[in-house]
Amino acid sequence: MDAYLQLDHIDKSFARGAVASEVLKAIVLPIHKGEFVSIIGHSGCGKSTLLNIVAGLTPPTAGGVILEGHEVNAPGPDRAVVFQNHSLLPWLTVYGNVRLAVDKVFGKSKSRIERHDWTMHNLKLVHMAHEAHKRPAEISGGMKQRVGLARALAMEPKVLLLDEPFGALDALTRAQLQDSVQEITTQLGNTVIMITHDVDEAVLLSDRVVMMTNGPSATIGEVLPVLLPRPRRRLELAAHPVYLDCRRRVLDFLYRRHRTFEAA
Amino acid sequence: MTLPVKIEGIEQPLTPQKATILRLPSPRAGIVRARLLSYAHMAAANTLPPLAVLTIALVVWEVLCSTPDATLPSPTRIWAESKELITDPFFVYGPQDLGLGWRLLVSLQRVAIGYGLASVAGILIGTVIGQSVWATRGLDPIFQVLRTVPPLAWLPIALAAFRDSQPSAVFVIFITAVWPIIINTAVGIRNIPDDYRNVAKVLQLNPLEFFRKIMLPAAAPYIFTGLRIGIGLAWLAIVAAEMLTGGVGIGFFIWDAWNSSRLPDIVVALIYIGLVGFFLDRVVAIAATIVTRGTVRN
Repeated sequence: MDAYLQLDHIDKSFARGAVASEVLKAIVLPIHKGEFVSIIGHSGCGKSTLLNIVAGLTPPTAGGVILEGHEVNAPGPDRAVVFQNHSLLPWLTVYGNVRLAVDKVFGKSKSRIERHDWTMHNLKLVHMAHEAHKRPAEISGGMKQRVGLARALAMEPKVLLLDEPFGALDALTRAQLQDSVQEITTQLGNTVIMITHDVDEAVLLSDRVVMMTNGPSATIGEVLPVLLPRPRRRLELAAHPVYLDCRRRVLDFLYRRHRTFEAA
Repeated sequence: MTLPVKIEGIEQPLTPQKATILRLPSPRAGIVRARLLSYAHMAAANTLPPLAVLTIALVVWEVLCSTPDATLPSPTRIWAESKELITDPFFVYGPQDLGLGWRLLVSLQRVAIGYGLASVAGILIGTVIGQSVWATRGLDPIFQVLRTVPPLAWLPIALAAFRDSQPSAVFVIFITAVWPIIINTAVGIRNIPDDYRNVAKVLQLNPLEFFRKIMLPAAAPYIFTGLRIGIGLAWLAIVAAEMLTGGVGIGFFIWDAWNSSRLPDIVVALIYIGLVGFFLDRVVAIAATIVTRGTVRN
């Protein structure tokens, strides 16, 4: 069976003058509908570049992204991105930020009232409905990320792209948000690609963990299926043998076989 | 009823006691008075220092200019000779004998037209320049040279082109105010974070939506900086332009007063011009605060 989303032999190199540096090489990754895939690797391995290629924000040098049998090479709301630094528009309220996306995606298919309800529905999903009237500067970092998630979910994307969504958050807030993301994506059955450098996060949330080798010319080193039942509760998992085994194998890949020598 | 309470390992019975209720005065009146007092304090702190400085300046001025051979009028002489100009800005005695209020309105109207055109043109041209690397490379050096040309240097060319003083004065305002608006808008557009552009790309905003929903609000703080510099320059230029073009404006009034040796009138006109300039600057600053919702602090 063909995959829902296919990353098909993607190469990416950046040319600076006559010198071209190859960042990604021969990335092949089929992703099924409703699957949660994490991409993990050391910083600088090009995993964010890969996500930008899937989002259509960066063109690949060779290869392509095939979604439901069609090649996609421009950004669009069918591949909604939750950016690492939330990227909310500071002059709009929480509601206004989500509403902008809703108006753009459903401007023709939904009535004004339906769009309002849909905006509020998505804010409720991330528990931000009570802060709808506030501006991004008035809410915490975790809340901003929630709004970013609501904005992405509100587009009803075919694929949800999370670019280190919890990277800038403290550990407790991060745990809360991971639980929220797991609950929501399991409930809605989203297809998700998440970039992360946090081993626990990858194992906790994913159906498969894709481990990238170090750049230059980074590629997929290993793909680890995480065969844990859902819903996953972090306290129960802490001593679960499958969880511990997955975690050990990712750590082994990252820190033994592909550690960075110049790591600070 | 007694409750056993453990204190340092010893069990003691606790007997409830009757509370004594103290009636406190209602805080409402106290709060209002305190708030009024704090407002009064703030108002005094902001108005008393300038008033004190003004008083001292007037006294010094009076002393310096009260000698019989003083070349400039003293405050009391200004009050005696130009009392009507100060107290009644809106008198009409004849086509050239008008209160300063009317003259200011004529000048303000010219500024409004010239500055309004400069704002629209400046924001549009600035947006194009900020968006396009080639437009920046081509136009920016030219603009950097043109913006240093003093406003009045444009006047002869404008007079030759329009063959009329009214549009020439408006043109001088326009050409003076437009440069800072263009340059600041372009900088603002260039500084729009990539994040916002990425959001716009994912949402597939069309160019018009991108302009209205991302570019204008993101660049608004810069644009308003340009608008504020622009209004200051426009007001500087109008007085000079009117001195040369004539008509009813405040600039020509000063020139006319100089030609008929009415020095006290000139002093009064200067004060009016200063107050109006201050007022214009505040209006643009307040508009900036409202439009950018407080992201521009004054």
